[in-house]
Amino acid sequence: MSLLWLRVALIFYGVGLAYALLALSRRGDWLARIVVPCIGLGFAFHLVSLVEDAAGAGHLLGSVHRAESLLAFLILAVFLLFYSGYRTLAPGMFVFPMVFVLGLTAAIGQDPPQFSSPLLRSGWIILHVALVFAGYGALFFSFAASVIYILQEHSLKAKRSLGILERLPALDTMDKLGYRSLVLGFPFMTLGLIAGAVIAQARFGPAYFHDPKIVLSLLMWVVYVVLLYSRWHAGWRGRRAAYLVSVIFVVAVGAWAANYFSSVHSFIAQ
Amino acid sequence: MNFFLIGVNHNSAPVEVRERLAIPEDRLGEANRRLLAYPGVEEAMVLSTCNRVELLAHCMNGSTDLRGFLGQYFALEPADFDKYLYEYREREVVRHVFRVASSLDSMVVGEPQILGQIKEAFALARAAGAAGGRLDALLTRAFAVAKRVRSETAIGSSAVSVASVAVELAQKIFGSLSGQKVFLVGAGKMSELAARHLLAHGAGSIFVVNRTPERAQQLADKFHGATFPYQELYDHVDQADIVITSTGAPHAIFRREHGERFMSRRKNRPMFFIDIAVPRDVDPEMNKVDGVFLYDIDDLQQVVSSHVAGRRREAERAQAIVDGEVERFAARAQTLSVVPTIVSLQEQLELVRQAEIDRVRGRLGALTPEQEMAVEAMTRGIVNKVLHTPITTLKSAAREPEATSVIELIRHLFNLDDPGKKGSGE
Repeated sequence: MSLLWLRVALIFYGVGLAYALLALSRRGDWLARIVVPCIGLGFAFHLVSLVEDAAGAGHLLGSVHRAESLLAFLILAVFLLFYSGYRTLAPGMFVFPMVFVLGLTAAIGQDPPQFSSPLLRSGWIILHVALVFAGYGALFFSFAASVIYILQEHSLKAKRSLGILERLPALDTMDKLGYRSLVLGFPFMTLGLIAGAVIAQARFGPAYFHDPKIVLSLLMWVVYVVLLYSRWHAGWRGRRAAYLVSVIFVVAVGAWAANYFSSVHSFIAQ
Repeated sequence: MNFFLIGVNHNSAPVEVRERLAIPEDRLGEANRRLLAYPGVEEAMVLSTCNRVELLAHCMNGSTDLRGFLGQYFALEPADFDKYLYEYREREVVRHVFRVASSLDSMVVGEPQILGQIKEAFALARAAGAAGGRLDALLTRAFAVAKRVRSETAIGSSAVSVASVAVELAQKIFGSLSGQKVFLVGAGKMSELAARHLLAHGAGSIFVVNRTPERAQQLADKFHGATFPYQELYDHVDQADIVITSTGAPHAIFRREHGERFMSRRKNRPMFFIDIAVPRDVDPEMNKVDGVFLYDIDDLQQVVSSHVAGRRREAERAQAIVDGEVERFAARAQTLSVVPTIVSLQEQLELVRQAEIDRVRGRLGALTPEQEMAVEAMTRGIVNKVLHTPITTLKSAAREPEATSVIELIRHLFNLDDPGKKGSGE
């Protein structure tokens, strides 16, 4: 049943995807009016799907696809949180397609790789994954806002009309969104990594520290701290901050991809 | 569809003529009533704005001489104003009214005020008892067309003056302008205009710096702003979010190193320099400082002209919408014009049928309910068959220009205009 609800949610997310594709043209205007209610409905169905997963299978992380579904949900949660405060749909241009693709792979996967490791049944691991995913969600949102910032800043500096990009939102709004979502994500990311470190320490001892996944995650966290500190202390904002967020995001994607090279972090049954 | 319109606008007449023909607001009610009382006029509306004066009338039958009315009203000789007038009839009027309401006929195409002005004029004409159902149908449709044009094209979405482009850019940088500080360095007319626009869009406070302090004070008073001596310019200007420069200085007064210093003092909060001085007051290198955005007068003008070109493209799309709407309005009006004829045709034949049934009933004697129904069905069938061709002809003629003559012919053939019989004509 959880898969059915996810598929229903996906239909509504499809409206979001259509909006993202048309957002910058005038044809997207009527979609802009219906996209938030649709995304909201999809979000509700998605929640039902996740709750059924947790109640039925007893845990949220039975397979790769369930993890993807959870991540999509958390990214959207960050989007809706900031939408309620700022009423801007612009980050949706990146958020909606991402959520749709993650949801789609989760929904159509017939025979998902199962996480066989009994480790994943432990509460600590679920806490670790949920926290880190929430951090990823906020980071992705911040990245989306930063990309929009960079595009808009470039167009203003170049003094050329960039055609459809003229409809991008104000720099100040994107700057605030990018920064506030980073601040939001920071405690999640930090606690999630601490939880991960505690688990790894208990299981593998000090050896875990050489794992590529762990190294990249730590690197990401350090850049994260540097960015937050420099913004808070030296008023680093605008373009440089936006570029740095992009760097953090790339490192985070690297850390994500490092699952395939990691011995500590590979949970897929061979 | 018997509409008439004459008028002058910014294209057809110079301002001396337009102001001679303008009707002040407090006299519009009376003008509407006088136009209504003019021979031939059944409904009337007067529109008078700074760019146009128009008289719109609907006539019962025949036509009306709006030029005559204009001469009478303003006590002018026709020769004095004839060459400045444009005049439209019927479908042309519909087209013109739709175009004006959609701001396609405006001096600045796409400007939004004209729709409100027409709405006001129509409300006045209604209040004066001059506008009725026909004008109501026309104007209501015109408002809907204007709304369609506004929502389906980008005709009014971009700024087309230097001052409004400056506001638009400031909004792209700062989002909301509320609470933003604006510094005017130099006190020219242009910078005053830009400051006025920024204030109108919510900018917080204005500071004026000028070489002659009196002029600075004068300008600051207009905006309830403050002023400080020119010597202290570099100490204070980093507080400004928006700086408008228009001094007569021969060299740049703000250079890149100034910008870098401002940014570090401001903790990198962005700054927007609008340089409308020639020669320029701000070194173009300033634009390379992170967080500083610099637009000089040429940059602003370039944005304006690209927006104007954009509006022209949009105006073509808007024109297509208007043309389609004129077609629909005309077709609808003609369809409506055949409806009374069809109704009276049906009523007429129904009377004949009833009369004939009553006449033969005595001879038929008592009928069973089945026979009663058969007679009823047969007579109805005959009537419907007879009427079929004339009604389809009428309906299809409604879409053609010669509708009126077909209507007249059928009314004549079936004797529908007999006095004492119900029936209404166009």
